[in-house]
Amino acid sequence: MRQASTVFGALIVFAVLLVAIIAPLVAPHDPFAQDLNQRMVPPEWMDGGSALHPFGTDQLGRDYLSRLMYGARISMMIGIFTVITSGLIGTTLGVLGGYFGGKIDDVVMFIITCRLSIPLILVALTVVALVGSSLSVVILTLGLLLWERFAVVSRTTTMQVRNLDYIAAAQAAGASRRHILLREVLPNILTPLVIVATLEMALAILLEAALSFLGLGVPPPLPSWGLMIAEAKDYMFFSPWVIMIPGIALFVLVLGINLLGDGLRDAFGGERRA
Amino acid sequence: MTPVLEVSNLRVTFGTNIAAVRGVSLTVNRGETHCLVGESGCGKSVTALAIMGLLSRTARHSADIMRFHDHDLTRLSERGMARLRGDRMAMIFQEPMTSLNPAYTIGSQMAEVFERHRRVSRASALDRAAELLQRVGITAPGMRLKQYPHQLSGGLRQRVMISMALMCEPELLIADEPTTALDVTVQAQILRLLQNLQQELGLSLLLITHDLGIVARMADRVSVMYAGDIVESASANALFTAPTHPYTRGLLRCIPVPGLLRRDAPLGSIPGVVPRIASDFIGCAFRDRCTHAMPECARDVSRQRVAADHDYLCRLSPDWTRAEAA
Repeated sequence: MRQASTVFGALIVFAVLLVAIIAPLVAPHDPFAQDLNQRMVPPEWMDGGSALHPFGTDQLGRDYLSRLMYGARISMMIGIFTVITSGLIGTTLGVLGGYFGGKIDDVVMFIITCRLSIPLILVALTVVALVGSSLSVVILTLGLLLWERFAVVSRTTTMQVRNLDYIAAAQAAGASRRHILLREVLPNILTPLVIVATLEMALAILLEAALSFLGLGVPPPLPSWGLMIAEAKDYMFFSPWVIMIPGIALFVLVLGINLLGDGLRDAFGGERRA
Repeated sequence: MTPVLEVSNLRVTFGTNIAAVRGVSLTVNRGETHCLVGESGCGKSVTALAIMGLLSRTARHSADIMRFHDHDLTRLSERGMARLRGDRMAMIFQEPMTSLNPAYTIGSQMAEVFERHRRVSRASALDRAAELLQRVGITAPGMRLKQYPHQLSGGLRQRVMISMALMCEPELLIADEPTTALDVTVQAQILRLLQNLQQELGLSLLLITHDLGIVARMADRVSVMYAGDIVESASANALFTAPTHPYTRGLLRCIPVPGLLRRDAPLGSIPGVVPRIASDFIGCAFRDRCTHAMPECARDVSRQRVAADHDYLCRLSPDWTRAEAA
């Protein structure tokens, strides 16, 4: 059962990733091309739908399936690059604090506590409102905000690993501090960090959608899923599918990432007993 | 005999008021096995870590002399220490199960030490590793090099640790209870291995143990540690035939000797536990457990000599044991 859900999650994530990568090849239309004669065409399976637009068109006559596929690119980019940025920041802080302890750890803990006292959405909104919205601004903002779980987890696991004999043995074999941090400690705390990364990725994707929905995320006409939901909300009473399709896409992707993360956690949980 | 390691008046304190090591002096000569014996918590391992410069940051240490060959370890920088460690002085630890990094293969961990100190290619470092694995009695070293620590048994891992420590042919090997975590047959194998390697390589060995059986088998020289200080130091022969400190005598009485002990007679024991010693402690640390304790034991006790290479830390005169025997 567990395994099935992990595989299911992995399939979703890889499918979305694949679509994101090959979107230009498989998308039936240009996602930005407007056709005002073909506005709000319903999906193929509904009355009035056509095979030309399998998921219908939006209020400007743009092909919804193509926009969804290009939207996957944005979501995956947000997820991956945010996690890389925040992972680097958080892991560096956490490993340094956990390994050296003392004053350095006090400083790291203070920074983490400061970050925890900052309301995420409000700061993200402010930054984007001040700097202006673009894909890279959103990635950078989220990356600079979402590192605290990486820091907390890497700090605790480093503290556990630091006292193990193989660290002392490496020191006794003449290893430098750099070597110990990068080659002895880091590989042994990687597993929990990978799990944190999946959770943070899902969170980043949802936050981007939220920001875009509020009009302060990715700017139009980029086909972000959050933006698609925002643009569709005026039409949801007469054409509910315009809001349902990107909504479902978002839900399925986040679900898939979370299932994958849970599965990884269970799979690696017992590895120390190997 | 040239001393490889010379330590004088080594002191280690933790926090503000815990004295873990209180003035330890010891010398390890070339090709000699020096055993450091004592109960758990008496400061044996802390002494070893201090010599290797591996104490945690919460510990503070000082020493009048801490010399390894011509290197003054009290003044050496961290970088200088790192250059010596693993190259000219090596250490093996008590727990072979956790002393190897689970994230790397045996070969990669062994080769790394050699690459670091000798700046050779990975391939020749692996050759050297295979050669050493063979030397410590591991068959099919080529296969073992590709395995991860969890694929090896405890005895095999300790052999790997030993061969890893010997990668750069160190002059001094510090072994901190190398066989405590192993079962008895493997223990005997490892000890024999250490003896053979020592003879072949002319290694100086500082062997830390709480097992007097191992001491009797391995040691050239013995230092008995109690509560952070060496209470008696002598050649192995002198220590076992003429122990002088009441603590040493008590320890030796705790060993059952086949043929000498009657079936129902109680085995000797020393009542009490090792006390936790504060920094400002004065007098003999053993006095609370000693049957010969007198009020004057609470004052400073001076070290006395039985012979040129046999000294002990007690107020009793060197010939007091004859009175006890009588």
